[in-house]
Amino acid sequence: MSIDTEHRRPVETPRTVHVEHCMGTAFTIDIRDAGRWDAAIGEVIGWLHMVDAVFSTYSAGSDISRMRRGELRLADADPTVAQVLELCAQAQTRTGGAFTAMPQGKLDPTGLVKGWAVERASRLLTEHGAVNHAINGGGDMQLAGSAGPDRPWVVGIADPADRRRVVRTVSGRDFAVATSGTAERGRHILDPLTGRPAAGLAAATVVGPSLTFADAYATAAFVLAGDALRWICEVDGYEALLVGNDGMISTSPEWRAEC
Amino acid sequence: MRRVALALFSTITALVMLLSFKTHSSTASVPVATAPAVPATGDGTSSTGSSSASSSSAGSASSGSSAKAPASSASATPTTKTVTGDAIDTRYGPVQVQITVTNGTVTAVDAVQYPQNDPRDQQINSYAIPQLNSEALSAKSANIDMVSGATYTSDGYLSSLQSALDKAGL
Repeated sequence: MSIDTEHRRPVETPRTVHVEHCMGTAFTIDIRDAGRWDAAIGEVIGWLHMVDAVFSTYSAGSDISRMRRGELRLADADPTVAQVLELCAQAQTRTGGAFTAMPQGKLDPTGLVKGWAVERASRLLTEHGAVNHAINGGGDMQLAGSAGPDRPWVVGIADPADRRRVVRTVSGRDFAVATSGTAERGRHILDPLTGRPAAGLAAATVVGPSLTFADAYATAAFVLAGDALRWICEVDGYEALLVGNDGMISTSPEWRAEC
Repeated sequence: MRRVALALFSTITALVMLLSFKTHSSTASVPVATAPAVPATGDGTSSTGSSSASSSSAGSASSGSSAKAPASSASATPTTKTVTGDAIDTRYGPVQVQITVTNGTVTAVDAVQYPQNDPRDQQINSYAIPQLNSEALSAKSANIDMVSGATYTSDGYLSSLQSALDKAGL
């Protein structure tokens, strides 16, 4: 549901929030522009569920599942599949193979799809005129404009060992934040270079302009562990914060609390 | 004094808006006594309806008897209300929180629904929920808009919390 609080808080920033369950997680759409955004939010919801229907690895009828079984060729799949696989190939090149859409030799672009879907959803909202908003898909988020007049978006980075704590905050306008870690139950990030679960870090967070790549880079940084900071220095516009298994925090040289 | 008056005014505005908020879900409302403020506990005070309602369900809000009172009488007694957030489906089951608001400040966050399908879930929730309570309260006070790196369950929890905060006009 959408809640229009504009008239409720005349002195404060207007806010419309919608929470949608999709892709096995919760998406929060938080708009800070005055107005009614039912149509824009409806479009975003439709988009997210469309992406899920095409890319789900859990649903046997999705394009990805059918391609895995050899029942569907790329040329006959939804056109977004080719777009996503092209982005995955770019991410694979830029991460030196630490990110791949073929972990365990099976087609699985999941590590990039959610970030890509959220980034496109964010663009949809902007096109509708909601230029100040954030979309959070299961802890990975694209933030557009600002949280309020004279107030940037503030994102907390959860301590993977103690959820009561936020290890750092990062604030700014028009940026994306993605975190990969072992905190989520049942999620194992495999190192494509060794085929074994990556275990060098507790969590890796990547900040940059695009959630499509921040999402894939966070996975790569988690896999690269000790080599992640050296690698991310070569990537233009993206910075990383790593939390070690011992709780030690390290950041890339250009990491800023404000971006 | 002026600051106090403003705070009271915004509390009353929120309460009035909550009263005019249309409830269209089966979630039970939880009456809470007025002064002295006693935060409600999550278990037992609220029965929830269908957990499949997910994001389309509106939670319900109830408020103390001073909700309709003008500012003059509101200044005499602290007002406490509880607001129930949306039930959010997570991979592990529905998550739903209820907040207790006293004089415009969140004083308690309780999980009224959380996954408890197997012993492992119960084990995880027994420590996760109290931790998340303090996390939510500290995040709110630190003016953090969103948290990166949340788990599926805690993400659902925070989403439900967010909807409760929004309904409360906080």
